[in-house]
Amino acid sequence: MNEAQQAGLQIDWAGLAPMIIVFVAAFLGLLVEAAVPKGRRLVVQVSLAVLALAAAFAAVVLNAGKNSAAFEIEGVGIGSVVLDGPGLFLQGTLAMLAIIAVLLLAERRTTRGGDFVAEAAVVADSAADKAQRREDGATEIFPLTLFAVGGMMMFVTAGDLLTMFVALEMLSLPLYLLCGLAKRRRLISQEAALKYFLLGAFASAFYVYGMAMLYGFAGTVDLAGINQAGTDSGQPRMFLYIGVAMIAVAMLFKAAAVPFHMWTPDVYTGAPTPVTALMAACVKVAAFGGLLRVFNVGLASSAWDWHLILTVIAVATMLGGAIFAVTQRNIKRLLAYSSIANAGYLLIGVIALGEAVGQTMFYLAAYGFTVIAAFAVVSLVRDGDEEATHLARWAGLGKKSPGTAVVVTVLMLALAGLPFTSGFTAKFSLFTAALQADELGLVIVGVISSAILAFPYLKVVVLLWLNEPAPDAPTVNLPSPMAGTVVAAGVAATIILGVAPGFLLDIVDQASTFLNT
Amino acid sequence: MNELPLLSALVAVPLIGAVVVASIRRERADVARWTALGFSGLVAVIAALVAIGFDYAEGAPWLQFTESYAWVEAWDLNLSWGVDGIALLMVLLTVGLTPIAMLAAWRDLDAVKRSVPAFFALILALEAAMLATFLASNVLLFYFFFEAMLVPMYFLIGSYGTGPKKQYAAVKFFLYSLLGGLFMLVAVISLWVNNGGVFDWQTLVDTEPMAAGTLQNWLFLGFFIAFAIKAPFFPFHTWLPDAGGAAPAAVAALLVGVMDKIGTFAILRYCLPLFPDATQTFAPWIIGMSVIGVVYAAFVAIGQTDLKRLVAYTSIAHFGFIGLGIFAFTQASATGAVLYMFNHGLATGLLFIVVGFLAIRRGSAQIADYGGAAKTLPVLAGIFLFAGLASLSLPGTAPFISEFLVLFGAFTGNEPVAVVATLGIILAAAYVIWMYQRTMQGDRNPALDKVPAMKRDLTVREKALVAPLVIAILGFGLFPQPLIDAVEPAVDNTLLFISGSPEDLPAAEGVTNE
Repeated sequence: MNEAQQAGLQIDWAGLAPMIIVFVAAFLGLLVEAAVPKGRRLVVQVSLAVLALAAAFAAVVLNAGKNSAAFEIEGVGIGSVVLDGPGLFLQGTLAMLAIIAVLLLAERRTTRGGDFVAEAAVVADSAADKAQRREDGATEIFPLTLFAVGGMMMFVTAGDLLTMFVALEMLSLPLYLLCGLAKRRRLISQEAALKYFLLGAFASAFYVYGMAMLYGFAGTVDLAGINQAGTDSGQPRMFLYIGVAMIAVAMLFKAAAVPFHMWTPDVYTGAPTPVTALMAACVKVAAFGGLLRVFNVGLASSAWDWHLILTVIAVATMLGGAIFAVTQRNIKRLLAYSSIANAGYLLIGVIALGEAVGQTMFYLAAYGFTVIAAFAVVSLVRDGDEEATHLARWAGLGKKSPGTAVVVTVLMLALAGLPFTSGFTAKFSLFTAALQADELGLVIVGVISSAILAFPYLKVVVLLWLNEPAPDAPTVNLPSPMAGTVVAAGVAATIILGVAPGFLLDIVDQASTFLNT
Repeated sequence: MNELPLLSALVAVPLIGAVVVASIRRERADVARWTALGFSGLVAVIAALVAIGFDYAEGAPWLQFTESYAWVEAWDLNLSWGVDGIALLMVLLTVGLTPIAMLAAWRDLDAVKRSVPAFFALILALEAAMLATFLASNVLLFYFFFEAMLVPMYFLIGSYGTGPKKQYAAVKFFLYSLLGGLFMLVAVISLWVNNGGVFDWQTLVDTEPMAAGTLQNWLFLGFFIAFAIKAPFFPFHTWLPDAGGAAPAAVAALLVGVMDKIGTFAILRYCLPLFPDATQTFAPWIIGMSVIGVVYAAFVAIGQTDLKRLVAYTSIAHFGFIGLGIFAFTQASATGAVLYMFNHGLATGLLFIVVGFLAIRRGSAQIADYGGAAKTLPVLAGIFLFAGLASLSLPGTAPFISEFLVLFGAFTGNEPVAVVATLGIILAAAYVIWMYQRTMQGDRNPALDKVPAMKRDLTVREKALVAPLVIAILGFGLFPQPLIDAVEPAVDNTLLFISGSPEDLPAAEGVTNE
């Protein structure tokens, strides 16, 4: 400490506060597991997680307007953690979405003891596995979630590739574990976890290799330095190409872009639905936050080199996601492919660079709330103890549970991008920014993809309202206080951002400039 | 000019009505019916106030009763309303047909176990959205309602429609319209990007139109395709026979009578003033499409076996006339086209409603299920014939005036086209008369005697609801001048963009509440 001070290291503790709060709360959560009696752990863990995330959000708000590095030596910022408009906005978005996701994780009314088991690794359907299914679910999921969210908050503010890698691992590892904890359909859940882990580890390897290449090219892992090297470096440009490609592969994997999307449908289906909600909303925000920063801060100078290939990926992602969504018969798989298509729209924002940063962030926030609510509804529609995810089971839901059907209809129309929902405002602002950046072709593909994607959404609406219910139709588990709150919050955000988006548009407008661009 | 925010009320009242009616419990169907009717009556009264206060003089401001409230400033999206003569006619048509359609569907839902309050709430929501598209004077605001309108109509067709293909028809309608709307969205965004972030219609019209050329052509196409699907023009029409055939007759009357007019209305309101050069570039093609549509749809109509589908096809033929009238760019033809939009709403609305009367009695809209029905249903048959004759533009009925004006105007501009289009009149006579003959005249279909309802002629409610339409068709057929007076200034203003001297436009005035 003393040496550091002598070296003139200044640390912006207030700026780091959001992450510190979340991580400290995560460690406290681990202590809770050891110290608090089993019966009270759930209440303590949930309150701890929610309070920590709320405090982190408050800390982000207090930091608003900052535009500096968190660590400085002799007044010169070193890149590891950067507190700028996009970083802070995305941290705030993550905290908000995570609060909602935690509430969904805490829902115990739908299944006795919650949707989770205590040990992921027990052989599926063995005697031990059956025994643990009768018990209350693990409360370790809350500290795990906090670690993941803390990692995401770090990911979106990381200013160099190394910090970013640490954050990437920190957000990924708890998620791998969370995916394997589903109480029902244990085998699929374990498969999802393993698949996600193996492919994720593979992607991480790509990342490290790409980082090495970029270091070889630029002589630094600092994003701003890499950008500088894009014009100055005397090293062979092949290092840059390989490095960009490898880093992009790893990040596009997390963002679920075609052709790195293969894991998405299986993992989204196999993971416990609240975890899927967390991934669909928060991981998407983190992944695109990282992509925005890497391409805007680190690779803007080499835009000519990657523009074409990223455009191809965006087109493939938009069309692939939409077309595959059409044939899905499982609501979770449908939402998974829809999330892939949405990754394609968001890639337009990445490709458009500086013009579209704010609008991409707006899209992330709008989409996050809608998709969390959608998965929350999925967790409520049940056949006995199990979620009724097959779409045929949703037929005629409008007759038996009109309230739920109205909610699903609103969410589907929002995902389809109809006016007066956040889906429209998000698409409108994103496409506007893209046109200003002269990306007309991508916008047209985006529109065609939206039209294709409207069909599966509409299919859900048709099922809900126009089909007759089966005699043993699933029940909607209401009232489920936690999940109900999640749905209400998500739908409220969807409508508010559709009808009165002005305030958030102003915020992202002010928060759209990265430090060092 | 005025203190009361009448145009806002025109949109808000049916919207509030929709919420109120939707919240009525399902068992209290009658309360829901009367509440909905009350709200639609209130809307009609407000529209009448607008019509009374409207300044019909030449040289009066183009948009009147203007209001503007800030909404999303970042996008120049304001709640801006304004009405010109064309919109006024469309508004009157909407507020007139809506309560009539409600009355027509009054008891239709008794047989099927569907929620009555939801049905009437959806009709009110549809009315609000349609009125908003006619009244919006902000391009993005128009787009909002242009798309939002699909939702209530989708449920009205899919949930309350008849026949085995109703879901297919509803989805086809929705996706077709959404696709058109998305092309328009690209054009809307592109317009916004290229004109420095302006969506206000008046501002766009007052400024110099964008340079002729590629961009204007693409923007025109983006808008036009959306409107051509909505109208629908040949060859974008394939959704309409399905939707019109599957929708309940009263809803079909609104769909074809009013909603489709939004397409042609929007062409006049947006395509001509905003993209005048592109409009002229594409006009020959569109006229060609219109004429093909007139003849083709008439032939297809002759071959239909389902009454509702037949009426839907006749409408496609009529939309061909409207397209011809607009793109012939003469004052007479364009005035005729606008009158056509109004009169077609009356005539086809009536025709759909009468077909609905028949279908609900017989339980089928297949022509083969009828035959000699006039014997037991003389009054209904009479109205049916009247509606058919009006729809083939018999002199003395309102549609005659409009069709005559369109052909007259087109003839002065382009003789061969007018001659081919005139063929459409003959074909119209063929499908109408033959339809009437196969259902009402000739040998009595013995199956009809087994259906007790086929002996019950029009009830008091049914007579009461067709009476205003019959009176209007005859009245405007004999005295069309008030309609022409209302429309002509707006038509002249619109055509100024094509003839190339928009600086003669009257100045805008009105209240602005920012």
